[in-house]
Amino acid sequence: MESAFQQAPTTADLQQRELDAMCVNESVLKHPWWYNLKYSAWGILFGIVFVKAEIVSWFRIQEMFRFESFHMYGVIGTAVMVGLISVLIIKRTKAKTVYGEEIHIPSKTFNKGQIYGALIFGLGWAITGACPGPLFAQIGAGYGVILVTFLSAVAGTWVYGRFREQLPH
Amino acid sequence: MLELIKQPWPWYVAGALIGLTVPFLLLVGNKTFGISSSLRHLCAACIPGDVKFFKYDWRKEAWNLFFVGGIALGAFIAANYLSNPDPVQLAAPTAEYLASKGITDTAALQPSEIFSWDQLFTLRGLIFFVIGGFMVGFGTRYAGGCTSGHAIMGLSSLQWPSLVATVMFMIGGFVMTWFILPSLLTL
Repeated sequence: MESAFQQAPTTADLQQRELDAMCVNESVLKHPWWYNLKYSAWGILFGIVFVKAEIVSWFRIQEMFRFESFHMYGVIGTAVMVGLISVLIIKRTKAKTVYGEEIHIPSKTFNKGQIYGALIFGLGWAITGACPGPLFAQIGAGYGVILVTFLSAVAGTWVYGRFREQLPH
Repeated sequence: MLELIKQPWPWYVAGALIGLTVPFLLLVGNKTFGISSSLRHLCAACIPGDVKFFKYDWRKEAWNLFFVGGIALGAFIAANYLSNPDPVQLAAPTAEYLASKGITDTAALQPSEIFSWDQLFTLRGLIFFVIGGFMVGFGTRYAGGCTSGHAIMGLSSLQWPSLVATVMFMIGGFVMTWFILPSLLTL
């Protein structure tokens, strides 16, 4: 029983997925697909929050960048504080996942993409009024034309992947 | 109670719930929070081409796609069953500024003057949908994360590269809003 909860071996596939991404964790546990529905459930809550707090609104992003409203700073600031305290508690108590696995937060290594790429995203964020999460929420909320923005974002991701080796990192 | 839910939610409620995503994902599945990766997984699943960056077992990251699917569904529920009929309570100076640029429709979350189908094949549409979206997708992947992966997850776990990225997100947003957008809005 114990061996099932050991840290997963680092495979080539994991390394590949870990490239420039934070949200990768290898688990040795094999679950049926419907275990993923719990992420959908949290996503639903998340989508409701996005719309109800108007985070997905282009107007709110304008207010934020024009320093004319505290709303978005409050949202992001509170989220970071809650996240920070949660991570501290998890680390301090050495909490395990509900399946008994050790919790592991991969550390991020610096590369120049966090300057150039982040700047490009920032410029795009102010135009579209949406980061990737709100794109999904805007489409769900019925703004069909955002499908075009979304497909462009997928295209942008693909083009980055295609020319990754030629870009400064 | 339902009346209360239908009001726009205050920032501290939204912020707390978003922040709780960090421990939820860690405790439930040993996952770190990040949304822009879903775009990469979609590429890997649908259009990997011959690109090494997309050649991996995307099924192992399927949770991320379930999560963003939930976001769209949640937004649908909120917009259709939990919304209030009032226009967006925009800050007065922002409203005044946008009105000077011809944007006055605050009835919905997005200004209909920009984000509607009939704008799609205009120069404005090209910039606001096609180019803007491309920059979001390209930039977040180049940066290795977006507002969720860097600004929330990264800062929560005290990763300084995420602080660099977050600062650059904001600089990009300020430059666009203050120096470039004023001319784009009047195109």
